Amino acid sequence: MTKKVIVLGEAREGVLRNVSFEAIAAAKKISGGGEVVAILLGDSVQALGNEMIHYGADRVVTVEHPHLKTYTSDGYSQAFMAVVENEKPDAVVFGHTALGKDLSPKVASKLQSGLISDVTDIEGEGDGAVFIRPIFSGKAFEKVKIKEGIVFVTVRPNNIEPLAHDDSRSGDVSSVSVDITNLRTIIKEVVRKSTEGVDLSEAKVIVAGGRGVKSEDGFEPLKELADLLGGAVGASRGACDADYCDYSLQIGQTGKVVTPDLYIAAGISGAIQHLAGMSNSKIIVAINKDPEANIFKVADYGIVGDLFEVIPMLTEEFKKMKSN
Amino acid sequence: MNIYVLVKRTFDTEERIVVSGGKIQEDGAEFIINPYDEYAIEEAIQVRDAHGGEVTVLTMGGEEAEKQLRTALAMGADKAVLINVEDDIDELDQFTSAQILADYLKDKNPDLILAGNVAIDGGSGQVGPRVADLLDINYVTTITKLEINGTQVSIVRDVEGDSEVIETSLPLLVTAQQGLNEPRYPSLPGIMKAKKKPLDEVELDDLDIDEDDVVAKTETIDIYLPPKKEAGRVLEGDISAQVTELVQLLRTEAKVI
Ligand SMILES: Cc1cc2nc3c(=O)[nH]c(=O)nc-3n(C[C@H](O)[C@H](O)[C@H](O)COP(=O)(O)OP(=O)(O)OC[C@H]3O[C@@H](n4cnc5c(N)ncnc54)[C@H](O)[C@@H]3O)c2cc1C
Repeated sequence: MTKKVIVLGEAREGVLRNVSFEAIAAAKKISGGGEVVAILLGDSVQALGNEMIHYGADRVVTVEHPHLKTYTSDGYSQAFMAVVENEKPDAVVFGHTALGKDLSPKVASKLQSGLISDVTDIEGEGDGAVFIRPIFSGKAFEKVKIKEGIVFVTVRPNNIEPLAHDDSRSGDVSSVSVDITNLRTIIKEVVRKSTEGVDLSEAKVIVAGGRGVKSEDGFEPLKELADLLGGAVGASRGACDADYCDYSLQIGQTGKVVTPDLYIAAGISGAIQHLAGMSNSKIIVAINKDPEANIFKVADYGIVGDLFEVIPMLTEEFKKMKSN
Repeated sequence: MNIYVLVKRTFDTEERIVVSGGKIQEDGAEFIINPYDEYAIEEAIQVRDAHGGEVTVLTMGGEEAEKQLRTALAMGADKAVLINVEDDIDELDQFTSAQILADYLKDKNPDLILAGNVAIDGGSGQVGPRVADLLDINYVTTITKLEINGTQVSIVRDVEGDSEVIETSLPLLVTAQQGLNEPRYPSLPGIMKAKKKPLDEVELDDLDIDEDDVVAKTETIDIYLPPKKEAGRVLEGDISAQVTELVQLLRTEAKVI
């Protein structure tokens, strides 16, 4: 049987996040040929509708309201549930982002449904879809299916390949008005610490530094390499705790979970909580003075050496490669 | 203030995972209080010390979880409750766990419930918000600061590295993120006192819930270890030759550049 699947799109600073397109690709699989409807919530999101269609959604429903400008679980769940009541979907897909993690359990509770969080892969299609997710900080994986009721999953960013962008696709973008009342949470202030440029959780290349970077200035050579490769800079908890960089760069169980094509770990020992955030990366390069460091156990390629010597040489070598 | 903390017994962080027959082998493994729940326990104790009241730690599981409850009592919690579902339920998922916990809590009138933002075993982070929804109280996840003034609550919440400053009110459920506090170690007198503190055991029959209401919605059909990565290659030779080789490998073998 084909399924009608709802996808919650997510925008940041007026731009849709890639995970929204990955969620559409996941929804297509779950639908088994059924309809994929994207939902966008915010104070001004109507203009983003077509982009969701270009990435594979069949139709878009938006809810615009001043109370949806910043995310609150009350505001977003009211808007989302209002659309769900109209649409009566068989399945729901969110991104496993801060927003998705916060909102999905509440929506699942209201739907009295199961919820499979942090999915990194989907096997099969339609009714036969089975979901794969890491457990025990990535030390194992489980295959899970929904036994009964609505199929509800959140997908980890950067794991499911989005469909090709096709701007010849067209579809209906409609809006629904929803009364949003009784918000129990007031967001007084958002202190933005994330750096400009490439979003860490969606970056294809990450150059991450640990306590071995030794100072704030020590991050400079890492930044230079990341910029050259069109990537982002990340960090271990050790580096954040030592004030070498902001916590918004932290990768791991407490920080961001990333799955780039290339992860370069410099001066990071490879504690399990760090690995929880990056061990799924396609290729891992470790640069560490200590040949016994745990990070070498997960690395595809390792250089035992001083990062302050190795990183600038790597930058030079990539520059040479690019100029050829 | 009537404070509850939801805790979970988990594998020790450093424990090696052994899988056989599609199941995690628990024999001989060390168990701990889920690290994020430790922040929740610590915060609960601090709130009680500042505002008065009582801290009850609540867990669901088998008899073995008593050990983790005693540790929480030794840290300073006042009471512990174990909902022992071992004999009644084969498969728990986040839906059933939340149903049971919420059913237990619904007539307890908690002012504040704390939990970890995620458990390091299953890693789904659902149970806290689900319980809040079932009890129809507000929740805030991944908090790094909590201040209570009467029924007004100010919170700082971690959102992918950004911070949100939030105003809300009791009753409330919050989930703890690393950075909230430094959990204390149980002291020797704390451990002695903990032995005499009440630890109640409750079974499904004691709750107002049918076994049918707690049928899992999801099913784990397999558990397996990640495909063994071929042993990584540690390069050799002088550093500049290694760097040249690495760039070559990334380009031609790994094809990521
Ligand atoms: C509940 C909990 C949650 C946590 N969450 C996270 C998390 O999300 N993310 C995270 O990262 N950690 C997390 N941690 C902390 C984690 O356990 C480690 O303490 C942390 O990752 C260590 O950071 P590090 O590797 O930078 O530092 P260290 O372990 O001190 O390692 C520094 C490394 O740098 C190398 N080095 C030093 N100088 C040089 C040089 N010049 N050139 C090359 N190499 C050099 C050293 O050989 C060493 O291997 C968490 C811990 C707990 C308890």
